[in-house]
Amino acid sequence: MAEIAPVPEKAPVIEDVRLKAPEVSLERAAKLGGVAGIVAVFVSANGMVQAFAERDIISGVLSMGYTLLFLVPLIMAYLAAREPPVLEGFEAPEKGPRNVLAGLIVGALTGLIMAIFVLVASAVDMRRVFINISPQLLELLTFGQGMGGLVFLVGGCLLTGAVGGLMQLAEGRWRRALWGALAWTLLIGLLEVIVAQLFRGLGLGFLSPLFYAGTGGLTPLGTAVVFVLAFLYYWSVVPKVDMWQRRYAHMPAERQRSVRLSLTVAAVLLVAILPQVLGPFVSEVLDLVGIFLLMGLGLNIVVGFAGLLDLGYVAFFAVGAYTTAILTSPASPRWSPEMSFWAALPFVILAAALAGIIVGTPVLRMRGDYLAIVTLGFGEIARLLLLSDWLRPVFGGAQGILKIPTLSIGPIVFRTPVDMFYPIVGFCLVAAYISWKLKNSRIGRAWMAMREDEQVAEAMGVDIVEIKLKAFIVGAVIASFGGALFATKIGSVFPHSFSLLVSITVLVLIIVGGLGNIPGVVVGTLALVGLPELLREFQEYRLLAYGVLLILMMLYRPEGLLPSKQWVRELHEEELMQDAWLKMEEDRRRAQAQAAQGDLPARPEEA
Amino acid sequence: MALLEVRGLSKDFGGLRAIDHLDFHVEEGEIVSVIGPNGAGKTTLFNLITGLFQPDEGEIIFDGHNLVGLRPDQITRLGVARTFQTVRLFFNMTILENVMVGLHGRTRSGILDTILSLPRQREEEEFIRQQAIEALSFFGKRLVGFRLNQPAFVLSYANRRRLEIARAMATGAKLLLLDEPTAGMNPRETLELTELIGRLRDEKGYTIVLIEHDMRVVKGVSDRVVVLDYGRKIAEGDYEEVAHNERVLEAYLGRKAVRSA
Repeated sequence: MAEIAPVPEKAPVIEDVRLKAPEVSLERAAKLGGVAGIVAVFVSANGMVQAFAERDIISGVLSMGYTLLFLVPLIMAYLAAREPPVLEGFEAPEKGPRNVLAGLIVGALTGLIMAIFVLVASAVDMRRVFINISPQLLELLTFGQGMGGLVFLVGGCLLTGAVGGLMQLAEGRWRRALWGALAWTLLIGLLEVIVAQLFRGLGLGFLSPLFYAGTGGLTPLGTAVVFVLAFLYYWSVVPKVDMWQRRYAHMPAERQRSVRLSLTVAAVLLVAILPQVLGPFVSEVLDLVGIFLLMGLGLNIVVGFAGLLDLGYVAFFAVGAYTTAILTSPASPRWSPEMSFWAALPFVILAAALAGIIVGTPVLRMRGDYLAIVTLGFGEIARLLLLSDWLRPVFGGAQGILKIPTLSIGPIVFRTPVDMFYPIVGFCLVAAYISWKLKNSRIGRAWMAMREDEQVAEAMGVDIVEIKLKAFIVGAVIASFGGALFATKIGSVFPHSFSLLVSITVLVLIIVGGLGNIPGVVVGTLALVGLPELLREFQEYRLLAYGVLLILMMLYRPEGLLPSKQWVRELHEEELMQDAWLKMEEDRRRAQAQAAQGDLPARPEEA
Repeated sequence: MALLEVRGLSKDFGGLRAIDHLDFHVEEGEIVSVIGPNGAGKTTLFNLITGLFQPDEGEIIFDGHNLVGLRPDQITRLGVARTFQTVRLFFNMTILENVMVGLHGRTRSGILDTILSLPRQREEEEFIRQQAIEALSFFGKRLVGFRLNQPAFVLSYANRRRLEIARAMATGAKLLLLDEPTAGMNPRETLELTELIGRLRDEKGYTIVLIEHDMRVVKGVSDRVVVLDYGRKIAEGDYEEVAHNERVLEAYLGRKAVRSA
């Protein structure tokens, strides 16, 4: 293992020339404040604040609507109060009142813009156009106090802005722990359904009334407990993860294997009891997450590994679902062999592979945007064919195919959502295994090479036609697993289940999760499919949230939520190594330290 | 018989004749330099040999096969590998993976073999790894060890060029086409690479055609030099011959002014 050079604590400084890095820009703070104000007005005027106001996070104290509203100045103030990146060789400015001031500016501007919005909205009736700017909204925004309530609104914005600025003063570990605790408190407050069910499932039902008020939201005691626990977790456990990983890397191979084994056993046990503990409602959501995860893993091969942007991915999902329906349902219109799910599965795979070839062949010579548009068309064609009168005798048109039998293995029948969880997880594991195995193989490397530079890959002996078709086929087969499970889970298939929206959702979730990275796909699915299912208020704003999320991801974190850690580290290490000046400085420091201790000679340089 | 034989090769880009009835051959075990002023058609020649472009006329016979009409990957599998003038690595893949891609054409495992993790597939993966490391080891310690698992974009310019050569070596080619292998290198690195090109032939048995602008490199390694200008071969021979050839000097430096009086 390459030794990682310790990064100097402070950037080296040449003699007496101290180059100061720029301080927090107040002008930028003002800009961000304006943005925060507009965002706050936007979420108020589109009805989110009002819709979310019905759910409490802390019972009787804080609703989700207010949380959303005040998170805007909080986050913006935090960003505004952050110093611009310090370039190498510059001295970082001291943190101080200026950071807080930047936060306050954001808070003040947000408050001001919101106040103007409320004043204008109460003077002029805008409901003709903006139907969500209702008297109830204005009442909410003024805290039910009439125009005097504006003081609270502006005060709240100022306060959250100041808090956002103050957060920047906190040292790294504190900051992470505070943000972590805040996020978990919000999440636990929102996910009463899951947590209460979890308590019940574990036989700790008596805890629920302590945490939840019953009318939605946490009790003040519950809030405090969750906040403190989450804080402690981020404070003491998270910093150690890195150390544990390093310790694991230094273990002898045998110990490593036993650690891996025990972790696997723990994970299997957890998955086995999870649906039992969580009950039917949450299991239903998890099943849906699993099916989308399956599609995410499949599309990840096509888009993430091979770089082929496929916007019609839902077509393969439909092929899986309809093939299963026709082969297993007694109500299949034209031909009903009434096979079992497992007997039908090989045919589903064949049909999907064929569909992969049919979609893949005409687009072999296309790249990027063209490929995206053509596959988009294919997705729509698939849906329209299923819906058409022409193929009604086979696919049943808009009525679809009903009476698909439930899944069973021998005497075990997977009837409830809780039961279905297991086969879905099973298929997900198979898909993840296939992804992982292919990624680290000759074929996976050829895909990645093609994604990087098609022409060069070809010049290195990669048959582009073959490898593209293989990507489409594997992606199609994995999506068809999802479709088959979907059909047998729901018991019926209809063309409208296979809309463009499914393709887009799957694409968004792998982009958000981290393209090409399997754990990233899991996180993306949980966040983008699981959360909206649990928060019903959210459903209406789902597409809005996807859009905002995608734009933010593209701007600030194009590698996704969970990029490979190893890469990030190596990247930074290498940046330092390649900066010859810094390296020289570092070598000198090390030599001095060694001379001072009078021991070992300097380590010979790696070429 | 020559390993590579180019006969009457022509290529037009619109109205521009990039290669004009070119005849050219390379014997097995030879190091041939292709030189010429900018725009003489040197890289186009490489692109035609490796199938990136299709010629308008002529044929390219390599090892008894006519390469005209074949796809680039088929040509690589027959034993012609190249590097690029502007380094074109798979920058986001690791150094080892870059070279492993080179072995794609020499291996067989399909999707099912891989998913089922058949012994044959595992052996093949091991073979790919071994061969890749062997190719990288040719460059001393620079590209092995902790470097193997670093992404290619972290490499210095000279190392990128070396990695590109290693990738070409891994394809199992008999003929290496090196497009300006020393461009952008400092004098010491250039010297070292010159030596290395000699070793590629002597130790590994490659036949090499290189495009080069640095005349010290050309002088140092070439058995034979071919000079192109406007897509035509204007001179051929060993370095000394070519270096004193009037037409070559003209192509590079321009014609002497003729006094009219």
